[in-house]
Amino acid sequence: MQSFAALIDALVYTSSRNAKLQLIADYLRETPDPDRGWAMAALTDGLDFPAVKSSTIRNLMKERVDPVLWSLSRDFVGDTAETASLLWPDNPQAGDAPSPSLDEAVQRLSAITRNSAMSELPRLLDPLDASGRYALIKLATGGMRVGVSARLAKTAFAQAFDVPVDEVEEYWHALTPPYAELFAWAADGADPPDTANMPLFRPFMLAHPLEETVVDLADYVAEWKWDGIRVQLAHVGGETRAYSRSGDDISATFPEMIDALDIPVVLDGELLVRGDVQGGEAGGAASFNALQQRLGRKTVSKKMLAEAPAFVRLYDVLMLDGEDLRALRWTERRAQLEALMARLPDTHFDLSQVVEADHFDHLAQIREGARDDAIEGLMLKRRDSPYVAGRKTGLWYKWKRDPLLVDCVLMYAQRGSGKRSSFYSDYTFGCWDGDPDKGAELLPVGKAYSGFTDEELKKLDRHVRQNTVNRFGPVRETDKSLVFEVAFDSVHESKRHKSGLAMRFPRISRIRWDKPVHEADRIDALRALIRD
Amino acid sequence: MSGDFSWIRPEPHGIHVVPADVWIDPSKPVDRALVTHGHADHARGGHGATVATPETLAIMKLRYATAEGAQPVEYGETIRLAGGVDATFIPAGHVLGSAQILLEHAGERVVITGDYKRRPDPTCPPFEVTPCDIFITEATFGLPLFTHPPIGEEMAKLLKRLSDNPERCVLVGAYALGKAQRVIAELRAAGHTDPIYLHGAMEKMCRLYEEFGVDLGELRLVADHTKEEMRGSIVVCPPSALNDRWSRRLPEPITAMASGWMRVRQRARQRNVELPLVISDHADWDELTRTVEEVDPHETWITHGREEALLRWHQLTQRRARALAMVGREDEDD
Repeated sequence: MQSFAALIDALVYTSSRNAKLQLIADYLRETPDPDRGWAMAALTDGLDFPAVKSSTIRNLMKERVDPVLWSLSRDFVGDTAETASLLWPDNPQAGDAPSPSLDEAVQRLSAITRNSAMSELPRLLDPLDASGRYALIKLATGGMRVGVSARLAKTAFAQAFDVPVDEVEEYWHALTPPYAELFAWAADGADPPDTANMPLFRPFMLAHPLEETVVDLADYVAEWKWDGIRVQLAHVGGETRAYSRSGDDISATFPEMIDALDIPVVLDGELLVRGDVQGGEAGGAASFNALQQRLGRKTVSKKMLAEAPAFVRLYDVLMLDGEDLRALRWTERRAQLEALMARLPDTHFDLSQVVEADHFDHLAQIREGARDDAIEGLMLKRRDSPYVAGRKTGLWYKWKRDPLLVDCVLMYAQRGSGKRSSFYSDYTFGCWDGDPDKGAELLPVGKAYSGFTDEELKKLDRHVRQNTVNRFGPVRETDKSLVFEVAFDSVHESKRHKSGLAMRFPRISRIRWDKPVHEADRIDALRALIRD
Repeated sequence: MSGDFSWIRPEPHGIHVVPADVWIDPSKPVDRALVTHGHADHARGGHGATVATPETLAIMKLRYATAEGAQPVEYGETIRLAGGVDATFIPAGHVLGSAQILLEHAGERVVITGDYKRRPDPTCPPFEVTPCDIFITEATFGLPLFTHPPIGEEMAKLLKRLSDNPERCVLVGAYALGKAQRVIAELRAAGHTDPIYLHGAMEKMCRLYEEFGVDLGELRLVADHTKEEMRGSIVVCPPSALNDRWSRRLPEPITAMASGWMRVRQRARQRNVELPLVISDHADWDELTRTVEEVDPHETWITHGREEALLRWHQLTQRRARALAMVGREDEDD
């Protein structure tokens, strides 16, 4: 556990990507099985101990620290795990119990139940120092927050044993922690895991933002970027699975899709629910808001299946009848996909149509008109692109429509977490409920914590501190003297805010230090942008 | 306890000793000031008369160039102020020259700690516990999560990183008054005899420490030496220079910072610190609470820092305390 804790600390204090890769690679080479496999699982979010939650940690601390002192400390640190690791009292009865190995810690955490958590966790924490406690609590509650993505960890693995990262990625999803076969293959030269007959997640091909690039439509084809969630459906070896973009198995959330696929194929598409917003009535998809009601559920009610049935709008085909098509050009895969549609039930599948345009400017016009259809924008795909994992420059582009903009007034600010725990970086803003010159009031419409630079954050933090009129715990109310231009993707009815509106992906587009607050927008203006 | 202590009045800009009309650590110019120590948030220039230890006065002279109305007082010496108030300067263990001030008037005793710590420090005499009625304390690190480790552990961390990286240098960000000299003196005590390189802004203060008899070993200025010469060395700079262009002249510096805030990971990350050294010249939580217990005053007044938590501790231990809203006192770098 101590060497894992040392790795986590070193990663926290290292910002360079190469130095992080080096640290992880060194650890993987020096650490025996199964500890290094558990460490990989921890870095890629592959461990889950459902009986240990952040609230479990809070409850443990309540038994040991005065609640007021706890919450003041937690507020200062901005992280429950770290606060607990620092405030955990020495237990003289623990004596010189040796600190557990990572494997031992994982085994004991797996055996913990809701009932035993309060007695078992202290036994694990007592023999550790503050760093060890931090690593253990992060391990137990999930999310190491060391600035390492799953991809970076896999790259470090590839680097440690000099194997291709794409192969690591491919085998990864066939295996479970602590990945004994993966280490046997990479470190000891054993045969690679056999994946051909498993309904595995195959890493998605992703797109770069188009930004200023202009492409030739002779080389690129355009498709709508539908506003749902990217999904991969795999039917291999008689089993069907649905995977989200991150590779999570979401089969249980969308059982109707699992039942609808029974031919050996791996498909890439957009998961949507039936409705008439996207692409007009003919398109038959509801807005993202409707889909959101169905996300994250472990079971689905019959009512929900009837009211918001899912379907998949297909973009691509990766494998068909046992054959891997990913090396083929997009045009060839597209032809196979179109031919395949006849074998799929049209109740649950349709084809994402190609958007025809004469030239790039024409395409730009079409994109402008996409607003009413609640489409996220356009995709541009090189006609000869193979299907490759991740983002490869020049192959696929996403060309999102421009965001909606509205001028709001800063009302409340709250300190951020993690790196921003000493800054007021989360802002709640509002619009006027009438004419501000005739006594109208501001009603909160949204919250944002991105879209500004570090320099701007410092200025905003200073503004909040200097213009505070009220404090509610960690929240400060400001004197409502600053206008934000807020960008967002769409706006919906919602009970979350007093204004009855909620924005999707709100972020600060510009800070209008110059703009008088009475010129900020009214609720009515925002309401007029609803497209549900 | 006889009176209501109305003779001593906390104001946003300092503590006013009414019968003597003097101010303790005023943050704006006054006729007559008593200054606990040389840090800028306690020692401002421009007072008519300034009473402080000779070390503090020398530091103020170095920083503000003027020394008009300087009235030196030695540790343990009592001076009589107007209005029947006696003032005694007592070591606070914070930095060179730092003092607590004991005020006595009409049989009542008030101690103002200024900033202080209880750990040994080779650059200044240790804090002395002084019984009093009102104990006016700081609370910079007044949260229970702040426990400063023994400084020897932090020195060992620093020296280990240095010896693991003989081709690089370790750049230590440290407050120019006090922290820097303490870190250097502790490195010497740990047996590190190599030359230590200084950012130009630290030179004068280090020389002043040496004049007062603090041995800092061989110090060199970064500006006078090449990258090659500094490989495998420790370089000390003010925290503000850590991520500055200035550090480009150094051989692949490993960024370290000596500060009590380094106890919290994200504080270190905010400053891009690779090697956090938890070293503070302020009392940590245990020192703060132990000091209140030892002084055992009738009431504690808290000047600045995390006063809510220290107030809560007083409540839990059934002690009287109040928070004073003092402005402009925050040590983000310490």
